[in-house]
Amino acid sequence: MKKIIPISLFFLFCHYLASGSGLRVGKQQMLKTITEGLFRAKDKDTIWVEKGIYNEQNLTINKQVVLIGIGRPVLDGEHKFQNVSVKADNVTIYGFEIRNSGISSIVDFAGIKIYDSHHVTIVNNILVDCFFGIYLQNCTNCIIRNNTMTAHQLQEQQSGNGVHCWKGDSIQVIGNKISGHRDGIYFEFVTNSIIWRNISVKNIRYGLHFMFSNSDTYAANIFENNGAGVSVMFSNKVKMFHNYFIENWGDGSYGILLKEISDSYIDGNYFERNTSGIFMEGVSRVKMCNNNFKENGWGLKIQSSCMDIALTNNNFLGNTFDVGTSGSLVLNTFDNNYWDKYEGYDLDKNKIGDVPYRPVSMFSMVVEKNPPAMMLFRSLITTLLDRSERVIPSLTPESLKDNYPLMKPIKL
Amino acid sequence: MTKIVKYILLDILKNKIVLGYTLFLFAITFSVFSLEDNTQKGMLSLLNLILFIVPLVCIIFSTIYIYNSSEFIELLVSQPIKRKSIWLSIFVGLASALSLAFTVGAGIPVLIYEPSATGMTMMLMGLLISIIFVAIAMLAAVSTRDKAKGIGFSILLWIYFSLLFDGLVLFLLFQFADYPLEKAMIVISGLNPIDLGRILILLKMDVSALMGYTGAVFKSFYGTEMGLIISIFVMFLWAAIPLLFSLKKFNRKDL
Repeated sequence: MKKIIPISLFFLFCHYLASGSGLRVGKQQMLKTITEGLFRAKDKDTIWVEKGIYNEQNLTINKQVVLIGIGRPVLDGEHKFQNVSVKADNVTIYGFEIRNSGISSIVDFAGIKIYDSHHVTIVNNILVDCFFGIYLQNCTNCIIRNNTMTAHQLQEQQSGNGVHCWKGDSIQVIGNKISGHRDGIYFEFVTNSIIWRNISVKNIRYGLHFMFSNSDTYAANIFENNGAGVSVMFSNKVKMFHNYFIENWGDGSYGILLKEISDSYIDGNYFERNTSGIFMEGVSRVKMCNNNFKENGWGLKIQSSCMDIALTNNNFLGNTFDVGTSGSLVLNTFDNNYWDKYEGYDLDKNKIGDVPYRPVSMFSMVVEKNPPAMMLFRSLITTLLDRSERVIPSLTPESLKDNYPLMKPIKL
Repeated sequence: MTKIVKYILLDILKNKIVLGYTLFLFAITFSVFSLEDNTQKGMLSLLNLILFIVPLVCIIFSTIYIYNSSEFIELLVSQPIKRKSIWLSIFVGLASALSLAFTVGAGIPVLIYEPSATGMTMMLMGLLISIIFVAIAMLAAVSTRDKAKGIGFSILLWIYFSLLFDGLVLFLLFQFADYPLEKAMIVISGLNPIDLGRILILLKMDVSALMGYTGAVFKSFYGTEMGLIISIFVMFLWAAIPLLFSLKKFNRKDL
C-alpha cells in the first residue's frame, strides 16, 4: 500500500504534465477558424474542430497540438494553396477531409506536408484531389494510418504522390488506401520504416516507389493495376512479406521491378496476372521463398547481372513463361520449387522430381531477342523447337535449372 | 438445293468416319480435361487439337469424299440442275457435317469443364477452321482429276498452313529483325487462317504475356471489337475465296 501511493502520485503528475486544455473551433463557437484556434492554443492543447468547410489558405501548425475533427470537417485548398503545413513535433491530425490542394510544377503542394518534425501522427483523414497527399520531409517517428487518398488527374505532371517520404527514419505507413496519384507510396532516403496493410491501386505510375531506402519492411499490402507496378531500387536489407501484386499490365510494367537490391527477403507474396511478376536487374543476395506466381506473362525475369539469388519453395502456376533471362550467365539457384509445366517423374516417391526442370523455354529467349515472334506462340513449329531445346539446350542457359523440382504445389 | 444438301448430309452421316471423328474428338477432349488437374492445361491440349487435328481431318476427309462421289456428281450434272447449286450443296453438306461433328465432339466437354470466354472462342475458331478447310479441300479436289495427286496436294496444303508458314514467318522475323515488324505481323497473320485463329485464342488465354510491347500492338488491333470483326471477316474470306475459285473451276470443268 505504501508503494502504490507514490506510484499513483507519479502518474497523476505525469497526467498533469501531458494534458493540455481543449479548445473548440466551429461556426457556432467563439473561434470561427482553425487559424484563430491555433493562435490561442498552447503546446499540448487539443483543438476540436466542428463540422463545416474551412478555407484556411495554408494552415500552418507550429505548436505541438492535437487537431481532432468532429463529423469530418473539410479543409479546402481552393486549388491554390497547400492545405496543412506541420512545422512542429508531436502533432496529431485526426478525422478531417482535406481536398483540392494547389497544383504546381514549381512547389510541391500537399494535402498535409510535414517539415523536419518527429512524432507526428496523421490518422483517419480523407484526402481528395490533392497534388501530393501526405508529404513527409526529413521526419522521424511519424505514423500515417488509415487515411484514404484519391486523385483524379490523368497526367503524371499534374499529379503528385499519395504518401511521399523524403529523408526520414522510423516512419509507419499503415492501412492507407491510395488511388489515382502518381506514385501510391514514395520512399526516398527513408530507413527503418514499415509499410503495412496499405491498398495502392490504379495509380498513374507506381503503386510503391522505393529508392535509397535501407532496412525497410513492407508487408501485407495490395498493389493492383498501377501504371507501372511497383519499383524498388538501390536499397538493401529490404523485407517484402505477403504482399499482393495483381494485374500490372504493359511492356514496362512489372509486379515488382527490383534494381540494385541486396541482402533482402521476398517471402510469401502473390504475383497474379502481371505482364512480368518480378523483373530483376543487378540484384544480389536475395532469398525468395513461398511466393506464388500465377497466370503471369513471365513469372520472373532475371537478368544475367543478378547473383546469389536463392529461389526456393515457390509455386509457378499457369504462367505463360515461368522464367525469362537475358544471357547465359547464371549465378543463382532455383531448387525446390513447384513448376506446373514440369513433365518429369518421381520413381522413388520422395515427392521430388528425378530429372531437373529447365524453366527457361527456348521460345522465351526468342521473344526476348525478337518481340514480334510472339505472334507464333503455341504454334506447332515453336512447340517442336521448344521440345528439342529441352533435350539438348543450345540457346537457353544450361545451368539455369531446378535440380529438385517438387511434384506437388506448396500449400500457401 | 436443299434436297441435294439433305442427300449429301445423310450420305456423310451414314459414313462411319464422321461418327468416328466425333467420338474421337469427344474422347480426346474429355480425357484432356479429366486427366489434368487444372483446366488451363486441358485448354492447351485442346488448342493443339483445334490447330492440327481439325484442319487435317477436314481437308483429307473432304477431298476423299469429293473424289469418291465423282460418279454421283456426274449423275447430278446430267440432271437439269445448275452446276453452282450442286457444288454449293456439296460444300454446305460437308461443312455442316464436320462442324456438327466438332460441335458435338469437342463442344460438350468444353461446355462442361470450361464454359468461359476462352472456351467459347475456341469453339468458334474450331468451327471456322473446319469450314475453311472444307473450302480449301474443295479447291484442291477440283484442280486435278488424279485422286492421288489431289489428296497429296491437300496434305501439302495442310503442312503448309500448320507448319511451313510459321517456319517461314520465323525465318523472315530473324532476317528482318532490325525493322519494326509489329504492324506487318498483323497483316501476315491474316495470310494463314490457323494463325489467325490461334492469335484470337491467345488473346483470351495468354493475355498477360501479350500485354508486352508487340503483344500490345496485337491487342490494340485484335482486342478491339473492330479488330475482332475484321479478323472474323478475314476468316470468312478464307472460306469464301477458295470456294469461289473452286466453283469457277467446277463450272468449266470437263467431267
